[in-house]
Amino acid sequence: MTPSLALEKPAAAAPPASRRRAGGSLWPFVLPALIVVASVIVFPWGFTIWMSLNEWQIGGGSSFVGLANYGRLLTDLRFHDALWHTLYFTALAVILPVVLGLFSAIVFHQNFKARGFLRALFVMPMMATPVAIALVWAMMFHPQLGVLNYLLSLVGIPPQLWVFHPSTVIPSLVLVETWQWTPLVMLIVLGGLAAIPTEPYESALIDGASGWQMFWHITLPLVLPFVMVAAIIRSIDAIKSFDIIYAITQGGPGTASETVNLYLYSVAFAYYDIGYGSAIAVVFFLMVIGLAVLLLWLKKRVQWTEVGIGA
Amino acid sequence: MRAKRLLNRIGLWFAVLMIVSPAVLFFVWMLSLSLKYEVDNAAYPPILIPENFAWANYAAVLESNRFGTYFLNSVLVTGSATLLGLLVGVPAGYGMARMKATKSAVVVLIARMTPGLSYLIPLFLLFQWLGLMGTLLPQIIIHLVITVPIIIWIMIGYFETTPLELEEAAVIDGASRWQVFRHVALPIAKPGITVAFILAVIFSWNNFVFGIVLAGRETRTLPVAVYNMISFEQLSWGPLAAGALLVTLPVLLLTVLAQRQIVAGLTAGAVKGG
Repeated sequence: MTPSLALEKPAAAAPPASRRRAGGSLWPFVLPALIVVASVIVFPWGFTIWMSLNEWQIGGGSSFVGLANYGRLLTDLRFHDALWHTLYFTALAVILPVVLGLFSAIVFHQNFKARGFLRALFVMPMMATPVAIALVWAMMFHPQLGVLNYLLSLVGIPPQLWVFHPSTVIPSLVLVETWQWTPLVMLIVLGGLAAIPTEPYESALIDGASGWQMFWHITLPLVLPFVMVAAIIRSIDAIKSFDIIYAITQGGPGTASETVNLYLYSVAFAYYDIGYGSAIAVVFFLMVIGLAVLLLWLKKRVQWTEVGIGA
Repeated sequence: MRAKRLLNRIGLWFAVLMIVSPAVLFFVWMLSLSLKYEVDNAAYPPILIPENFAWANYAAVLESNRFGTYFLNSVLVTGSATLLGLLVGVPAGYGMARMKATKSAVVVLIARMTPGLSYLIPLFLLFQWLGLMGTLLPQIIIHLVITVPIIIWIMIGYFETTPLELEEAAVIDGASRWQVFRHVALPIAKPGITVAFILAVIFSWNNFVFGIVLAGRETRTLPVAVYNMISFEQLSWGPLAAGALLVTLPVLLLTVLAQRQIVAGLTAGAVKGG
């Protein structure tokens, strides 16, 4: 289309009501993506549900067994352990990055030299390739040769076994996850801080409020919805965490750090038990969605109470 | 008053230092590990800067392990998945934004929530039946799961903010939908497309889980290849760290160079696929 060609047409032809219709349907724009989404996303969902109703081994045949695979989950102690590990890991891997991310966002909201560059450095852990990061963390966790125990010795703390002991493995992995994902929380909250209007602060200053009071009564309530959004995204990512755990411990020592996602991987791709693996995948998917819905509901409530206080 | 301001300033810089140092120190240590011979990597107390730099670690990685093949695999998988993603995702983002079909965007959101492994089982079987295993095609296709949602999500957000007046004027002038998109909407959306492109590339490049299941010996991408080095190199730290650094270096460079776009894209709510 050239502008000159278009100008030759009488401009008054299209009445406002039909303006949106004019020029044709929008569906052709969406259709290709729809086909891709249907084939690589929706089809797998449906097929996974079907497989979960079958006894299905790779290389072997398959037979319909109804809900037997789901029944098996109820008595599978390794699955129950994996549930606890997931819960423990997810709780820590949400709380720590959210708290530290909120703090970092407040710091990065200030004005100081080279802020953009420092922010880029700060964001690097979350953009770096997780497996590559995990390999280096594994070296740092090494009880004899690792740099972390040396750093602890500098401040007089005895050496730890980190990922090599069942009781410290999950907190150690959370340390990596926190290091990696605090920047994401920071970025989201930073966006929220930037959106806060200046008027409340101005009137608070006139009323003689201290910096701490302003933070507690103005900044925190206004930024809370963004903190919630960050917490939701963090929860969904933490519960699905795979690369870091797999590359550092493979779920070990023993099964001490085996989360549901890692167990799912083992069942499906180490034991090739596709039917049972699919059942775990379905349950896991429901867990993720359930968590997301719960947090969205919480977020709504938080905003409601805000409105309540404001009124 | 002056002293107090100075104190605040010092406090702020201390906080900045506390926040940024874990990231910086980690990558410095990664670099140090990759440049040390085994003797230095096993030394206690640890050595930060060795007397002799072990450039041989990098040479070892680049020569052995078919690094070139795996690099090419990564480029092909990420490149194809990103370009295909843009091809279908940008028009879709436009269509959804203009139809105000924000409800259909929920599908994109759920796709982002879905655990990557749950796509893998059925698609793994499908690729086996189709006889595609052993080629790069399965990985390219499954990486669309990462790139398409990111791109659609960012583009919806971007097209919602671009002004409608220009497009309406073009429609009045008799332009078809396609012409409006191609000649009016698309040129304005270039910054948005850049953001979508960068984030899709990074998250596709970093993906590991799809590779360990779908890649064979010849079709490994770099993250899978570096993970497999653990057994090959008998846990020799220098080359392993060098390999890890080489794998993630393109992404780190991109992060520093395009940090403004990345920050914009991530705060727009489009985060991490797969």
